[in-house]
Amino acid sequence: MEAGQVAAPVAAAPKRKKVTDRAKAERKLGWLLCAPAVIAMLIVTGYPIGYAVYLSLQKYDLRFPDDKEFVGFSNYADVLTSTTWWTDVATTLIITVASVAIELVLGMLIALVMHRAIFGRGPVRAAVLIPYGIVTVVAAFAWRYAFDPASGFVAGLPLISDSAAPLTERGGSLLVIVMTEVWKTTPFMALLLLAGLSLVPDELHEAAKVDGASALQRFYSITLPLMRPAILVALLFRTLDAFRIFDSAFILTGGANGTETVSILGYNVLINRVNLGLGSAVSILIFICVILIATFFVKALGTSTAQQRGET
Amino acid sequence: MSGHTNRERGMWSILILVVVLYALIPVAWITSLSLKTSDQLSDKKFYSGVSFDNYDVIFSDDTFIAALINSLGIAGIATLISIVLAAMAAYALARLNFAGKAVILSGALAVAMFPPISIVGSLFDMWRSIGLYDTWLGLIIPYMTFTLPLAIYTLSAFFREIPWELEQAAQIDGATPFQAFRKIIVPLAAPGVFTAAILVFIFAWNDFIFANTLTSTDAARTVPAALAFFTGASQFEQPIGAVSAAAVVVTIPIIIMVLIFQRRIVAGLTAGAVKG
Repeated sequence: MEAGQVAAPVAAAPKRKKVTDRAKAERKLGWLLCAPAVIAMLIVTGYPIGYAVYLSLQKYDLRFPDDKEFVGFSNYADVLTSTTWWTDVATTLIITVASVAIELVLGMLIALVMHRAIFGRGPVRAAVLIPYGIVTVVAAFAWRYAFDPASGFVAGLPLISDSAAPLTERGGSLLVIVMTEVWKTTPFMALLLLAGLSLVPDELHEAAKVDGASALQRFYSITLPLMRPAILVALLFRTLDAFRIFDSAFILTGGANGTETVSILGYNVLINRVNLGLGSAVSILIFICVILIATFFVKALGTSTAQQRGET
Repeated sequence: MSGHTNRERGMWSILILVVVLYALIPVAWITSLSLKTSDQLSDKKFYSGVSFDNYDVIFSDDTFIAALINSLGIAGIATLISIVLAAMAAYALARLNFAGKAVILSGALAVAMFPPISIVGSLFDMWRSIGLYDTWLGLIIPYMTFTLPLAIYTLSAFFREIPWELEQAAQIDGATPFQAFRKIIVPLAAPGVFTAAILVFIFAWNDFIFANTLTSTDAARTVPAALAFFTGASQFEQPIGAVSAAAVVVTIPIIIMVLIFQRRIVAGLTAGAVKG
């Protein structure tokens, strides 16, 4: 009994050591191969963000570079007490929520069309990829010219006033910005959801069909719950992307008519007013917002996958 | 599938038609604008004859030619660098077992979600003092912030699908791990690498915020930034025709690539997000 207990670890020891050696070599190779990419990512994002934090604590206006001095959090105080910042946050949130919600519904419809298509899957996939591939600035110009009352076809459509100029007032501008965003990014949403749809086993649908569930019932009680992680991932990607919106809003309105988003505000302060201290504070605040949104979705995703694992 | 009635087929046809129209209308509109003469620009029609005047204008414009070369060069080099670095990392992530793998993947994801506006100010300040402002390198470096994570994600998803037994077989035959990687895995991985390269190139080609803030002249201004600048310069007579023609020129290569490689692009886009 006693001998056996002693013998077992002795026999196991050399074997375990071999494994560790191999694991060590593998880890070394792994890190060696990853190192260039990891170091590059750290340098290109870590350093500039660190420098932005430093700048945000300075009074630093490029028009008066000699006045540069440490001012602590006063830039943050200036931003957070200004109405511009909060108006722009509200505008950005309106655009984000509206476009992501519409994209989710449209993307789901397109994904269902592609998934259940009895024919024509190829043309749909091709058509859907075109907006994805197009440069955002080009898409924004296309919509801007389409809605321009002088040259656009929209004003020429029946039921729409010939002098309709949505890009000259707030509601219309927000509508066109959301439309551009939806047009450009629904394909991405649809493709992510399509991948999620293909993970839903057909047998479940067949079984529910036998039990007499309607198509709508099957969608709500089988497809949607099983797709929860895919939906959350798609929402996470798209929400963060929409919150950073810059290109399309910049081309469509340039931030006029109360459509200034937080990224455009950052751009205006940093590049037009060359106030790097104040502008960096805006940049860092946007960064913090993005982290908050990401944390929210990652938490939701964590609980949802945990639930699913518990169920199966 | 034989049980579908004519009515169902009709409904599908309408649905498919709606999706295709929805995707194509703005493209059709900007193409039609680019083919109009200046007199036809305000006729609000999708087709009013074909005139290549606008294309003549942009192709005799040095600014546009320079922007086109800058876009191709900068996006091309950024793609090349990030694919090489990401391919090495993705090989390790897909193939090897080591501590810290999850950290690298989630780190790459975090970098991908980074708002570009957050580093624009620091880059603007740094680039001015070290002479990278308005240079190709000055754009290639920040492009790494989004090209590297995208490349790492799509490539590691593709690499997981490779039949790795072949590599082991080569190692049994006496090949070193590096030889096995170079001679067996690289040819197998090439299609995935190519797809990832297309996706990365599309992203780099699409950038506007860095190009708009970190360049000022023909030396490094890319097409999206040049397009915005184009209109800003002449407020009184908007060069709608010229902008449209330039827009079509930068769109056509992307659409051709996307259509040729659509199956692989869909696989690349979804694999990274679902399995990662």
